[in-house]
Amino acid sequence: MKHTIAVIVENKPGVLTRISGLFSRRGFNIESLSVGATDNPAYSRMTISVEGDDVVLEQVVKQLSKLINVIRVSRLDPEESVERELAIIKVSANKDTRSEIMQIVSVFRARIIDVSPRSLIIEVTGDEKKVDALQQMLRQFGIKEMARTGKVSMVRGSKVVQAGP
Amino acid sequence: MMVRMTGAEAIIECLRREGVEVIFGLPGGVLLPLYDALYSSDLRHILVRHEQAAAHAADGYARATGRVGVCLATSGPGATNLVTGIATAYMDSVPIVAMTGQVNTGLIGKDAFQEADITGITMPITKHNYLIKRSKDIPRVFREAFYIARTGRPGPVLIDLPRDVTVDELEFDYPEINLPGYNPTTKVHQLQIRRAAEALMAAERPVIYAGGGVRYANAHEELFQLATRLNAPVTTTLMGLGCFPTDHPLSLGMLGMHGTKYANLAVQEADVLLAVGARFDDRVTGKIASFAPKARIIHIDVDPAEIGKNVRVDIPVVGDAKIALTELLKHVQQKPWGEWNEKILMWKKEYPLRYTRDENVIKPQFVVEKICELCPDAIIVTEVGQNQMWAAQFFKHRDPRKFITSGGLGTMGYGFPAAIGAKIGRPECEVIDIAGDGSFQMNIQELATAVVNDIPVKIAILNNGVLGMVRQWQTLFFGKRYSHTTLGDVPDFVKVAEAYGALGLRATKPSEVEDVLKEGLASDKPTVMDFIVHRDEKVSPMVPAGASLSEILELDS
Repeated sequence: MKHTIAVIVENKPGVLTRISGLFSRRGFNIESLSVGATDNPAYSRMTISVEGDDVVLEQVVKQLSKLINVIRVSRLDPEESVERELAIIKVSANKDTRSEIMQIVSVFRARIIDVSPRSLIIEVTGDEKKVDALQQMLRQFGIKEMARTGKVSMVRGSKVVQAGP
Repeated sequence: MMVRMTGAEAIIECLRREGVEVIFGLPGGVLLPLYDALYSSDLRHILVRHEQAAAHAADGYARATGRVGVCLATSGPGATNLVTGIATAYMDSVPIVAMTGQVNTGLIGKDAFQEADITGITMPITKHNYLIKRSKDIPRVFREAFYIARTGRPGPVLIDLPRDVTVDELEFDYPEINLPGYNPTTKVHQLQIRRAAEALMAAERPVIYAGGGVRYANAHEELFQLATRLNAPVTTTLMGLGCFPTDHPLSLGMLGMHGTKYANLAVQEADVLLAVGARFDDRVTGKIASFAPKARIIHIDVDPAEIGKNVRVDIPVVGDAKIALTELLKHVQQKPWGEWNEKILMWKKEYPLRYTRDENVIKPQFVVEKICELCPDAIIVTEVGQNQMWAAQFFKHRDPRKFITSGGLGTMGYGFPAAIGAKIGRPECEVIDIAGDGSFQMNIQELATAVVNDIPVKIAILNNGVLGMVRQWQTLFFGKRYSHTTLGDVPDFVKVAEAYGALGLRATKPSEVEDVLKEGLASDKPTVMDFIVHRDEKVSPMVPAGASLSEILELDS
């Protein structure tokens, strides 16, 4: 089972290593991980997607919480959260296929951000399933290159996950 | 007013403020500025002969005194030589601060001479570690390091010190601790305490299983009160030995792989198991699926991550063992001695720890019993293997800080340097390293440290000429194919001791054991007592690896 956790960490050198090292040492699997600064530059926020049952997830949360540079760990319930991922995909395109690709892009409310005689770069934002679905549709044209950010996630409503109280 | 000083001077000042009285270390190129500052300070420094011994000595000092132990090694190989000692301390939750030299900040990452990424290397074996890049961070980092090492679940902290950081000047200011990500749990959840108390009061066959956490929290008196009030039998882990007097009627001794048969039977029959400061290690539980199958499990631990890590827990209590047991005592009343206690007495009578005595060959268990008889208040330090198990089984442990052993990591070579550290910390105590000939040779060079610094530790080698514990497994499970476990009868430990200027004694017959021990214990020099024992004496009883505790075997010697 897949779980998403948000981790607020001190923005210091080596913190990412501590976290990734903990996952490998304890045998936890990271599905995806994304990191960025928070509004307060002293802290970063990581969104980590973990595979495992509830016992594994509980250990992940507890072990992460023990790291001195980790300020807060929150499990994000997928039902209660919004999740987004961004991908940019370079697809083979020529005059025969270009319009068909553009139609698909439009259906997915994605965008074309680069055009050349033999390829297009498409930008898509959405939850994991949407990105997967677009990827699937574009595969027939030949995906030359793809970069995905891994997901970021946030609880709906006024509840917040942040460093302070 | 802030005082201007060099990084090295600031380090000495931090150590002074943290109450450090001794450092175990060995200098090197990048540490010259720090050692120069040490030269004009009144801090005691014990020069070891191998950095691993510095880490073990700091660890032994910490375990014997309850204070933070400090070791120091130079960059590169000096730092990597500390690794085994740091990992040993980490596995057994021992508070040490390890300082390492590092190449100049400008050279880091350039594969400079004697450069090693020691913070990277020690990340998984430290509670936390630091690479200081600016001199002005020294006071804050040192204060945090000592605080982190000794609070919550204790553990080792490493501080890496680039050479230029120790040379550059700073305005010394010792700041308050500000660690937003570190809030060790101390208070306990009252509802959970009441649930635990109810379970214990309702129990018909309770067992208390106490570990090293009781020792570190100084909770042995509360444990004693709780056990006697509930008339609940107490078994301890290897790390918990001494937290409950092993000669008390409620004592079950140690449990697990080489625990007593009655401790293991009691755990398997228990209806409520109260685990305090213990972590359900595989050497304790045997096959986890069949561990304590009838018991509701209450688990008190200061580290929330230990709860539910290895076994399912019915009543978790996160908190310091002393506080939790004190709270628990408020909710439990005196229970009578009952059927369960009688059953346990019967088991104790039926399955005592035993060995076959011999008139011609020295039995290692006999040596341990004699040590206990002649010096019951000694601090016992052990190496790892059969010697460790016999010391655990046949010494009557009564004091939580007087049994020092590498439990989690099982580090051969630990005992002798740890004994040196313990003796420095508790000079008024007799300190005896119960050793094997294999383990002792792993840090035998520290005889020089003991002799030169006049540290009169006593080493009792249970010398069987083999790697006995591995040989025992080969005998039992590998058809007596003794692949590379025979060490031979070298060296002559008496001559080695004498070569270093220590006293060397030997016993080859049981009749000589007592005299050798008496002479060794009376000696005011570091003393090596070489007891030639039978190579096929086995540690018994034994739960084979991966078997259930119920499948405990009593082995013939």
